[in-house]
Amino acid sequence: MKWKIGDRVETRDAYGKALVDLGARRPDVVVMDADLQRSNKTYAFGQAYPDRFFDMGIAEADMICTAAGMAATGMTVFASSFAMFVPGRCYDQVRLQLSYGQANVKIAGVSAGITQGPDGATHQSLDDVALTRQLPGMIVIVPADATEAYQATLAAAEIAEPVYLRLGRYPTPVIFGEDYRFQIGAVPVLRRGADVVLYATGIMTSMALDTAGLLAATGIEAAVLNVPTIKPLDIEAVVRPAAGARLAVTMEEHSIIGGLGSAVAEALACAGHMSTLLRIGIQDCFGQSGTADELLEYYGLTPAHMASQIRSAL
Amino acid sequence: MVDELKLAELAGIAHELRYHIVRMMGAGKPHHFGGSLSVVEVVTALYFYKMRYDPADPRWDGRDRFVMSKGHSVPAQYAALARLGVLPLDELPRLKKLGSILQGHPNVHMTPGLEACTGSLGQGLSFANGIALAARIRGLECRVYCVLGDGELHEGQVWEAAMEAAGQKLDTLVALVDRNRLKSQGDVDEAKPLEPLALKWEAFGWHTLVVDGHDLRQICDALDVAETTKGRPTAVIARTVKGKGVPFMEGQFQFHNAPISQQQWEEAMRVLAPEELAR
Repeated sequence: MKWKIGDRVETRDAYGKALVDLGARRPDVVVMDADLQRSNKTYAFGQAYPDRFFDMGIAEADMICTAAGMAATGMTVFASSFAMFVPGRCYDQVRLQLSYGQANVKIAGVSAGITQGPDGATHQSLDDVALTRQLPGMIVIVPADATEAYQATLAAAEIAEPVYLRLGRYPTPVIFGEDYRFQIGAVPVLRRGADVVLYATGIMTSMALDTAGLLAATGIEAAVLNVPTIKPLDIEAVVRPAAGARLAVTMEEHSIIGGLGSAVAEALACAGHMSTLLRIGIQDCFGQSGTADELLEYYGLTPAHMASQIRSAL
Repeated sequence: MVDELKLAELAGIAHELRYHIVRMMGAGKPHHFGGSLSVVEVVTALYFYKMRYDPADPRWDGRDRFVMSKGHSVPAQYAALARLGVLPLDELPRLKKLGSILQGHPNVHMTPGLEACTGSLGQGLSFANGIALAARIRGLECRVYCVLGDGELHEGQVWEAAMEAAGQKLDTLVALVDRNRLKSQGDVDEAKPLEPLALKWEAFGWHTLVVDGHDLRQICDALDVAETTKGRPTAVIARTVKGKGVPFMEGQFQFHNAPISQQQWEEAMRVLAPEELAR
């Protein structure tokens, strides 16, 4: 699938397209949704392969366990809902059936993060990476753009492990071209710079590139690392670029507790790296209603805000 | 249809399973005696009468599946699987011991013969639905049996799964409710009333049968009827006695998960010992 660099595309769109393509060549692929298929973009799969699509109703816990039963009987299942419901609403089921049971089920938490927008705090999932990251054997992927989301969905279908895919409804610029090759666990370096290392995930990767541009204008050279795979985290790839940098920064539209910020903090500290770490994200609070752009502005997640925060921290 | 000869054999097996359950649990350590003992006839009828199952190949794709949704009663399943030769009999006394393949609650990857990880109540029926739906997609002709506790029916997810199974017309699915009326801390219905339970399952679109859960003929007949029921799933409410077979445990919620003394254990073993051992 091809998107034009710079075009603004929602990662959930790429997920929907990847599922349809998968369905054509993989008769074992089943898709489930909990009454959000038009929003989560799984509707097209349902139209193309009605026998392998299940609207599970508003019953996320039931959906996850049904998916696990299907996986145990030879299917590869993608189960989707809003991220605050999956994994939030059915954490116990994800823990027991998918993690402990090591089921071949991929859960997609869609409309994740503060950019869920107008529905407010009840619907803005800021803890889903934290919940899934600490589950043994769970693979956690937060794609940066449509290209990466498309490829990550295909990659998830290639492995037997349970996967959490974090997807959004925010139209984020496409940063990867057709030649990009997503690999689970890889940490691509998108920009080099000696002063500061920016670790970014999801829609924040594009903003990290913009932030690095703003910093360069004031003489600060920032490296930008895209970290789509929060788990398993490539420790070596995370630690190496921090050597010699004056500041390490994590950027995520998620709580600074438990997500990328925590993962990088653990990696750096355990490697004996005592460089200062600035964790940019939602600062241990709930969100509120607003447009996605207003919320990004309000919570300090724009390139201008982030560049100024980094300058003050240096 | 089950005949007299088979019934006599099944009664012997049920007695043997109870013996193995109490033997593997031993004295002095808390174990789930009550629910493991109440479900014995249901487990016996499934594994030794009804299910298409090859003990030499427990992962055979065409096998009928047994999902123990009330995971704490898995010792009854361990006993049956050992009796079938799927598990080594010698392993049973290592139940819940460090390094044993017999976990306190079912782990599908550690114990041969299990179908699902359960233990957090309310999840097994959804899992069983998933098996039945996948089998339908793949054209597998297997049947799926899911054993639930009555206390477990307090979990709302069970009713989500009940709606799904009826909506999907899963006539290859049978839910068996171990209606022993007691949960861990006392009476099930006093906490949240289940009655009228048969009418609830009927209202959810299930063909519903009520049997004496210690009468093997009634259970076997119900399983036969379920197999001929088309277009909807079948619920079998098996009225049982918690702790069945060990007189001092019968009808006592205190033995849901509790240790027994050496003296109590010996008494239970005397009652349950196979005739040739008792002599």
